[in-house]
Order: sequence, then structure tokens, then C-alpha cells
Amino acid sequence: MKARIFVTLKGGVLDPQGKAIHHALEGLGFTGVNDVRAGKLIELDLADGTSDDDIDAMCRKLLANTVIENYRIEKVA
Amino acid sequence: MKSAVIVFPGSNCDRDLAVAFEAVSGTKPAMIWHRDTELPDDLDLIGVPGGFSYGDYLRSGAMAARSPVMQAVAKAAERGTYVLGICNGFQVLTESGLLPGALLRNASGHFICRDVGLTVDNAQSAFTSKYDAGETISFPVAHHDGNYFADADTLDRLEGEGRVALRYAENCNGSARDIAGILNEAGNVLGMMPHPERVIEPAHGKTDGRRLFEGLVEGLLARA
Repeated sequence: MKARIFVTLKGGVLDPQGKAIHHALEGLGFTGVNDVRAGKLIELDLADGTSDDDIDAMCRKLLANTVIENYRIEKVA
Repeated sequence: MKSAVIVFPGSNCDRDLAVAFEAVSGTKPAMIWHRDTELPDDLDLIGVPGGFSYGDYLRSGAMAARSPVMQAVAKAAERGTYVLGICNGFQVLTESGLLPGALLRNASGHFICRDVGLTVDNAQSAFTSKYDAGETISFPVAHHDGNYFADADTLDRLEGEGRVALRYAENCNGSARDIAGILNEAGNVLGMMPHPERVIEPAHGKTDGRRLFEGLVEGLLARA
């Protein structure tokens, strides 16, 4: 069983990396990019039967810092 | 006085911090490896040093905060042992929940390595007792993730309770309300981005940091 964890900065938390990417896109001549926010994708290969609670606990205890980040869990069959 | 300095893989200010502890107290701190699960008995002071613990993987300080030794540091802090986290050490303390908030990437996106002016906001703490309130001092900073962030309620509480120990005289990294160093509720844990241990000898160019260590040690000796 696999799970993909998307970790993103909360709204209102400054994202200098996203800003730099935005700037670089503009430098390449791409117009119409309103904003860029960068995040992380963490792929977990899990033992079958790993509970949703356990995956959520992994996110809360380590994978995301909930002071500044949100996370979303996507289970892949 | 018994002190210890925690050493993570990737710490690089552990020796400087140990030298500072020894210079003012006359005794060598124990160097504690991150896998250790117990600390020496009756520690008065624990240093969590700067560096790039675990290569800053995942988030700065995130892996170190979950290492076995930090459980022991948290227990010691609860018992009243003084804990000083500098730079990566500050990031470790916020990641471990010993201090509120988080350290974000510098607003400029750049790594900053230079001297920065600081204002002593609270000169009553065990860490700042040898400074005058409102005094301006200068410490080096060397970090990529020093932009202090906390929600408005937390910031209000920190300010209202006198838990902002140091502020940037010139905000170099985008930190909320110019915060450079904060105390925990009990006042025995301080986290700060600037490096006092790098300015303790005349040969360093200035000695502004020495009083932080002197104040700590004098307070501890008076308590003993």
C-alpha cells in the first residue's frame, strides 16, 4: 500500500522559494503566472493494513509542522 | 556547575559552545551524542548548538527534534534545567515544541552571514541579566531559516509575558515583530538565531556575547 503526503505552507506564511520560482518563470518569458507556492510530496510505501490514524499521526508528528504547514493524504492502491 | 552540549550529526557550533561554557564556568561540559537516551544527573545547563543537524532534511531541526536525546532534554527542561538553543538549536527547540512558533526561510531567500545589531528586550531573564534593558549589542548571524513565525495570538502572548528576550535592531530575515530570541513560559529555555558564542574573546573582535554566558553561570552558582 502506498500513500502520498502533500505538505504545503499555510496561507499567509511567506514562501520565498515560491517567489523565486515565480520570478524565474517570468524571466523565462511566461506571463500570466499570478502566484507560485512550493510544497513537498512525500511518498510512503506502507505495510498493508496500516491504519489511517497511523498515517495521520506520521503527518502530525513529523512529516508536517502544523504551525506553518498543512498536509493532505492521498492513498494509492 | 554541570553543563552539557548536545551533538547531532551535522552540528558544527558544538565545540564553540562548549568553549564558551568552559570559558565562563571553568568546567568542561559533557558532550552528548544524539543517540544517547539519558543525560548526566543534576545538569544545570544544556546547550543545543548551531549547525545543520541531519543536513536540514525535511525541515531545519525537524529530525534532531525527534532524536532520542531530545526526549531527555525536554524532561530536563521541565525539571528546570536551563536550555540554550542557538541557531539550529533554536530551530530544534521550536520543532520539539519546547518553544512556540517556527523558523521559516529568510524573507530574502538568501543565506545571511554577518554581524547584526540586537536590542535586549527583557534584561530580567537568567540569560540576559548582565545586559541593560534596551541595550544594543551585536552578534553574528549565519542562517538560511531564521525568519521567526508564530500566529498573532502567540506573538501577543510572548510580548505580553516578557518572553521576547532579543529583537533585531535591523530585521535581517523577516522575523515577525523583529524577534531574534524567545523564552519559554518558565523562563529556563531560550532559543535565539544569533551566535553569542562567537563573540566572547577580544580575539573575536568583540565580546558582546560573553555576558550572556557569565550571567547564566553566575545565576546558576548563586542558585546552588
